[in-house]
Parts: sequence; C-alpha cells; structure tokens
Amino acid sequence: MHFAKGAVPEDYLVYIRRKYFWIMGGLLLLFIMLVYSISVGAVTIPPYEVLQTIMGHSVSTKWDLIIWNIRLPQALAAIVAGAGLSVAGVVMQSILRNPIASPFTLGISNAGAFGAAVSVVVLGTGKVQSTVADAVTINNPYLTTIVAFFFCLLATGVILLISSIRGASPEVMVLAGVALSSLFTAGTAFLQYFADDTQLAAVVFWTFGDVGRVNWLELEIMTAVVLLAIIFFITNCWNYNAIDAGDETAKGLGVNVERTRLVGMVVAALVSAVIVAFLGVIGFVGLVCPHMVRRVIGDDQRYLIPGSILFGGILLLASDTAARLIISPYVLPVSILTAFMGAPVFIYLLLKGYKR
Amino acid sequence: MILSVEELEFLYRNRKILHEVAFSIEEGEVVAILGPNGVGKTTLLKCLNRILRPKGGAVHLDGNNLFDLGTMEIARLIGYVPQRVETGRLTAFDAVLLGRRPHIKWDVTEKDLRIVDSVFRLLSMEKLRLAYIDEMSGGELQKVAIARSLVQEPKILLLDEPTSSLDMRNQVEILAIIRQIVLEHRIAAVMTMHDLNQALRYADRFIFLKGGKVHAHGGAEVITPQVIEEVYGLPVIIGEIAGMRCVVPGSPEVVLAQNL
Repeated sequence: MHFAKGAVPEDYLVYIRRKYFWIMGGLLLLFIMLVYSISVGAVTIPPYEVLQTIMGHSVSTKWDLIIWNIRLPQALAAIVAGAGLSVAGVVMQSILRNPIASPFTLGISNAGAFGAAVSVVVLGTGKVQSTVADAVTINNPYLTTIVAFFFCLLATGVILLISSIRGASPEVMVLAGVALSSLFTAGTAFLQYFADDTQLAAVVFWTFGDVGRVNWLELEIMTAVVLLAIIFFITNCWNYNAIDAGDETAKGLGVNVERTRLVGMVVAALVSAVIVAFLGVIGFVGLVCPHMVRRVIGDDQRYLIPGSILFGGILLLASDTAARLIISPYVLPVSILTAFMGAPVFIYLLLKGYKR
Repeated sequence: MILSVEELEFLYRNRKILHEVAFSIEEGEVVAILGPNGVGKTTLLKCLNRILRPKGGAVHLDGNNLFDLGTMEIARLIGYVPQRVETGRLTAFDAVLLGRRPHIKWDVTEKDLRIVDSVFRLLSMEKLRLAYIDEMSGGELQKVAIARSLVQEPKILLLDEPTSSLDMRNQVEILAIIRQIVLEHRIAAVMTMHDLNQALRYADRFIFLKGGKVHAHGGAEVITPQVIEEVYGLPVIIGEIAGMRCVVPGSPEVVLAQNL
C-alpha cells in the first residue's frame, strides 16, 4: 500500500505554526518574569542591572550578594520545580487516563510529609531556621530531606509492586495511590498528635512548600533530575499520544503500553519525590497547569508537554514573586499562593471552554 | 497468500478461548469473522497482530513468522481499528498522523504529512482536516480511526466491528470504502461482524466461530440456514431481494419457542 498523491496542507501548517508561537511567547514571558522576579523585593534592583549581573558583569557587590545568594536560586528553584511538577502532571494524566491525576495522585506528597514528620518527631531533627519564619527551624535539614525522599520512593515502590501483581492498569495505580495517601496522612496525624509544640510547628512548616529553601547544590540536583525527566518525556510524546487514543489503538501502533505506563510513572514519581523532598508540598501546579495549557494548545502531547513545562515554570515563579510581595515584608510560602492564584484562573478557563 | 493461521490456540486464565483455529487469506480479500457474542472473534483478531499472545500455533504474515517480528515491525504490516476509540482535543489531521507512529523515527517528516493528506483525500474527508475529534459524530470518528490505520501503510487491515455504532448510511459508506481500498491497493481486510447481510454484501469469505473453533469457512456458499442455526442457535430464512441474498430471522413463534 502506498500513498504519495498528497500535498502538505497549508491550513494545517498555519495551525501548527500558531502552536509554536504560543510556546515561543511562553519562553519570552518566562524570561521577563525571571528578570522581574529578581528585581523586586525588599530592595528593588533595576531590571537592567539584574540582566548585567546575571550575564556576569558585576554592578555592585551588594547586588551580587542579593542576586547570586538569594533571589536567583529562589527564582530558578521556582522555575525548575514548576516545570517538573507540571510535566509530571501532564504525563500522569496521560498514562493514568485520568484528568485529575497529578504528581501527588500516587500519594507522593503525603509520603514526603510523613517522612518529614518521622524525621522531626521520631529522629528528633525538629527546631529552628527557615527563610520565612525565623522561629521555626529544622536543625538537620539534610536528614529531613533524605527521610522525606525515602518515603516518597517507598510509596512509589509499593505502587509498582501492586501494579506488577495486578497488572499495570490505570485503575489499579490510581486506587493504590488513594489508599497510600490516606495511610500516610493517618501516619502523619498520628505522629503530630504525640509531637510537642515545636515539633508540631516544624512538621506543619515543612509541608508548606517553599522554593526559598534550596541552596545551589540542591538546585543543581533538582535541575539535573528535572531536565533528564523532560528529555525522557519529550522523546516519548508519540507514545503518550498513542495511549491517549486508547490502549488498543496504541498497541495496534506497536507501542508497549504496559511498559510505557510503568516507566513513565516511575520517572514522574521520581521527579515529584525530588521536588517534594527539597521544597515541601507544592500542590495544584501539577494538576492544573497541564489543563490550563490544554485549553490553549490542545491535547497533542508534542505541544502539550513543552507548553506545560514552560507554563508550570511561569506559574510557580509568578506565584513565588507574588508571595514575596503581597504582604511584604512578610513572605508567604509559595504553596499557599499557587492555589490562590491558579484556582480562579482555572475556573475561568473551565467556564470559557476551549480556545478555538 | 498474505496471512495464514495454523492451529492457533489462546488461553485466558487457563480457559481455552480459541483452539485449532486455521485459515488463510489472499491479497484483495475481505474476510468476515462471524459468530455469537463472546465466542472469541475480537480475541482472534487481537491474536493476529499479537496484541494478545496466542498459547500455540503459528501466524505467517507476508512470509514472516509473526512471533519473530518486533511490535513496531508488526505495526508497519498490520493496521488495527479497535471497537472503541478515545477522543481528545486533537484535530483529525493530528489524530490520523498518529498512525505514522510505527514509521516515525524522531520527528514527523514531510512525507508523513503527504501520506496523511492523501488518505484524507481518498476518504473524501478534506473538510474534516482541522475539525477537533472530540466534536465529531460516531461516523466521522470511525473514518478517522480507519484513516489512522491506513496511513500505517499496512498489508492487512484488522477491523473490530467497524460498523457497530453507525447508522445505515455510514455503515454502507465505511464498508464500501474498505472494500474499494482492499481491491485497489491489493491488501487484505479481516473484520469481525454481527450483521450477516452486510457481511454477505461486502465480504468475499466468511469464518464462522463456534465454541472457540472454526465451525465453517469459505465463500458465500457456506452461509446456509443450517450453518447459521448451528452457530447462533437461531432458525433463519435466506431469501433474495433485488438479486442480493438476505438473511432474516425465522418466524417469531419459532424463535420464542426456542427461547422458552
């Protein structure tokens, strides 16, 4: 069978070009947001001097200090975490065939919070130091991060185990995730009940996701993991498109559906686990960002995945910037702001329907 | 001979679904797989492109042993149209382009786009190119699914009840298209069907399944009241209207009495 009579239809090319424009626009917006985010705060730094400093031309030692030590890592952490959570969300929604799937569907955030609670209450790492409120601090942040990460992986492992026994069906994975979530929530509540005031505060504080927590090393680790995951997801975008068309269609197209689903889930879970362990729980971005992008760019994963990556970065960076400014000089954890900002926009988009 | 099946056996949880299934198909043939619900028609179809793994037997495809081929190689030889197709916020063009998946290495090439375009022309669907598939009717969606299997440039098309959810006009249109493409491009089509009259009009050969086995196999001559009653447990009358053979269920009294 051979078809060669066709031409490349012009209207389709125009349609595709429009999607590229959206993505290019997103890239530009992200860059503008980055400069703006670095320039505003307790001290305002002129955007031009921000640009110069990032390019490596020192303007003043004071600016160097503020930008390189505080604002740039925080802004980059917001972009990386937003992009990572959003891309994990969009892939989860595809492979689990579930619009309300997100990086946290599999119980990862609750597992992370439980890990932090174990570290603070049982291992006694509770107390002192944070970027937001000086009163509450965790005196061994590394141990807390490691324990949180361990429990995130444990949750993923349990779901993998269940999937390997019962087959990697989306229903089994989602339901196992729901069960694990409640289990870890109960575990956290149990530990909190027996914690003293300081420990309780430290545990609660840890769960407020905050991008100001990271240092450069942690940022580098997080960036490496998110970048590798993004490359993996983008090279698999046709497989996710095929699964979106139905498992049987995908199999008919030669896609190994079970393996794509399992490996995709592990990678998405790993990204979420790293972000949760370093930053705490930042909800909403992974669930809603992909849907916002869908409304504009459609369900084709070739554009949906890059769009979600960019928009996740933009949303979390915008939220973090707002969180720093809104009740200045107090700084809100970004996780509170993401839902405040995202939910109304999302509801508006739901009511408005798809862009034609 | 483009496809031959020998002694195919398929088990589901140690229950024999198919056994001793054997038949062969030539280029340019449309083959209808017939039989009551649950007899294993869809299972047989899925064994032919290894969506399901048969327990025993052999499937030869254009000279290759099916079990020696990789999944992508199979997808380049066999197009599959399942009963259920999921929709999403995708244009028909992109949905059909997905059918090039087995041929795409890194990214879509101009050739891929040209092939998709020519299949849209072939099925007279040019106007639907940029329509979103989540806004389409059942008939349009079925055409998209068939177009998707055609851009795979397969040697064999497998269709699972291609007309089950369509109105009469769409049924005729879809089956006529399949018939025409099979003849013009010298490929073969295997489809599971319920409507014996449609099968009689559009298929060249018929395979009746009963109890997991091939009960009857051959050209139009195998469709007799006796075979149909043995397979479906229902007496029928076969008559002729305007030169076409038609199957109608036997008198209501007989059917009812059988059920009681």
